[in-house]
Amino acid sequence: MIRNAPDLRDCDVTDRNLYLRRREFIGAAAAGAGLGLLGAGAARAALPPARKSPFSTDEKLTPKKDITSYNNFYEFGVDKGDPERYAGRLTTKPWTVTVDGLCAKPSKFYVEDLIKHFPLEERIYRMRCVEAWSMVIPWTGFPLASLLKAVEPTSKAKFVAFETVLRPAEMPGQRQPILDWPYKEGLRLDEAMNPLTLVTVGLYGDVLPNQDGAPIRIVTPWKYGFKSAKSIVRISLVDRQPPTAWNLANASEYGFYSNVNPEVNHPRWSQATERRIGELFRRKTLPFNGYGEQVASLYKGMDLRRYY
Amino acid sequence: MDRKLRDRLVYWAVWLGCASPLFWLVWLGFTDGLTANPIEKIIRSLGDDGLYILIIGLAITPAARILRQPRLIRFRRTVGLWGFSYICLHLLMYVGVDQALYWDALFQDILKRPFITIGMAAFILLIPLAVTSTNGMVRRLGPQRWRRLHQLIYLIVPLGVVHYLLMVKLDTRPPMMFGAVVAALLAWRAINRLAPGRAAPKRRRPAKAEPAATAPPVLGRGGEGG
Repeated sequence: MIRNAPDLRDCDVTDRNLYLRRREFIGAAAAGAGLGLLGAGAARAALPPARKSPFSTDEKLTPKKDITSYNNFYEFGVDKGDPERYAGRLTTKPWTVTVDGLCAKPSKFYVEDLIKHFPLEERIYRMRCVEAWSMVIPWTGFPLASLLKAVEPTSKAKFVAFETVLRPAEMPGQRQPILDWPYKEGLRLDEAMNPLTLVTVGLYGDVLPNQDGAPIRIVTPWKYGFKSAKSIVRISLVDRQPPTAWNLANASEYGFYSNVNPEVNHPRWSQATERRIGELFRRKTLPFNGYGEQVASLYKGMDLRRYY
Repeated sequence: MDRKLRDRLVYWAVWLGCASPLFWLVWLGFTDGLTANPIEKIIRSLGDDGLYILIIGLAITPAARILRQPRLIRFRRTVGLWGFSYICLHLLMYVGVDQALYWDALFQDILKRPFITIGMAAFILLIPLAVTSTNGMVRRLGPQRWRRLHQLIYLIVPLGVVHYLLMVKLDTRPPMMFGAVVAALLAWRAINRLAPGRAAPKRRRPAKAEPAATAPPVLGRGGEGG
C-alpha cells in the first residue's frame, strides 16, 4: 500500500538498545503497574523500537492511568470518563489513513505500514488543555513532515487538514450533535512541517489506547490539546485555511491557531495559569507551552491576539 | 405512626439526603474516584450539589401545597442552609485551593469574567438569607420583611444557573435542564400569585385542625413566605 516508502536503513541496533533502556525507564515510572503493563504489551502487537528525542522534556511523567482515564474525546461523550468507558468499542484494525489533496503522490496507508516504515521516536511532551490543565506525556511517533514529504506536496499546498473517523455506531458521542462531525482540525503547512508536529501511534511505549486517539493521531505540543486531532483517517493538503471543529462550534472562543498563550485569555476564563495533573496548586502557563524556541519564529510579525 | 415519630423520620431523611452528596465525595476520595483532576471534580460537584439542593428548596413550597403537606414547609430552612453550606465549600475550594497562589488574578477574574462575577454575586446574596434563617431573626424582622428578604432566592437560584451555563465549554444541556426546572418552579409561583381568590394571605390553622382532609385549599402564607 505504501507508494514511495522512504528508505529506512538506519540504526536498527541503536534503536533496539534504546528500546531496552526505555523499558527500564517505564518500569521505574509505572512501578506498581509493571505487571499489568507487560500483560497488555503481550496481548497487543508491540511497537517497533523507538529512539529518544532531544525534544523530550525531563519533567515528571503524568501516570499512565491519568492519561488514559481523563480525556476530552467528545466522540465518546462529553464526560472526561466517557472515552475510557466507551472507547473499547472502536475497532482500530484495519485502519487506513488517506493522504491526498495538493500533492504529487496521494496515497492510502495502512497504519501498520506507517509504523514499520518510519523510524519511531519517543517524545515526552507537555500537553496543555484549553481548560487550563496539563500533563506530561511520553508519546511514540514520527514527524508529520516525514509523511508529508513522502507524498510530495505541490507549491500550491498551504495548509493541512485532518479528519477524524466518523463511526456513530462505535462512538456514542457522534450520535449527538455536540460538534459538527466528523471532527476536523488543521495546521498551516509550515506548522505541520515543524519537527515538533508528531504523527503519534504510541503512549508509554505501547500501542496508543483508544481513548487517547488510536490508532493514529497528531500531537502539536505548543497548541491547546484540541488542535491535536485523534483517530485520523484523512490528511489533506489544501490551499486555504480549512474549517476546524471547535472554531465552527464557537469562533470567538477557539481560533484556528490556538497556540498556548498565557497573555491571551479564553473569553470566559484565564489562560495565565494551569493545573498540572497530580499537583495541588496551579503553575504559570508558558508561551507556546514552553516550545517557543522551536515555534515562535513561525509567528513572527503576527498579532497573536488577533490570530488566537 | 404518630406525628412526632414521623416528623423525626422525615427530618433525618432530609438531613441524610442533604448530607449524602458530601459523603459521596468523601467515598470517591477514598476509592480513587475523583478523576485525575480531583480539585476540579470537587469544586464542580460541590457547585452542582449546592444548586440541586437550593432548587429542591425552591420546590418545597409548591410540593407542600400540591401534596397538601403543610408540614413540609418547615424543612425549607434545613434544605436552604445545606445548599448554602455546599456553596460555601464550593467557593472555599475555589479561592483556597484552585486560585490559592494567584489571588491578585482572582480579583481580576471576579471583575472580568462574567461567570465568576455572577457566581460571586449569587453567593453574596445568599449570606443575608443564611444569617436571618433563625427563629429569632424571623421574629426580629417580622414575617412581612423576612419574607420580602427571602424572596431574594428567586434571583439567587437563576443567577446560579446562569453561572453554571456560562462556565460550560460546549454541552449546555445540564445547565439548561437546571434552568427549565427553576423556570417551572418560579412560573408556578407567578401563576399562583396571579390566580384569583388566592391573593389574600390566610392564617395557618391551629395544629389540631390540620389533617389533610380539612386543610384549606390554599395553605397559609403567613410566616411561611413564598
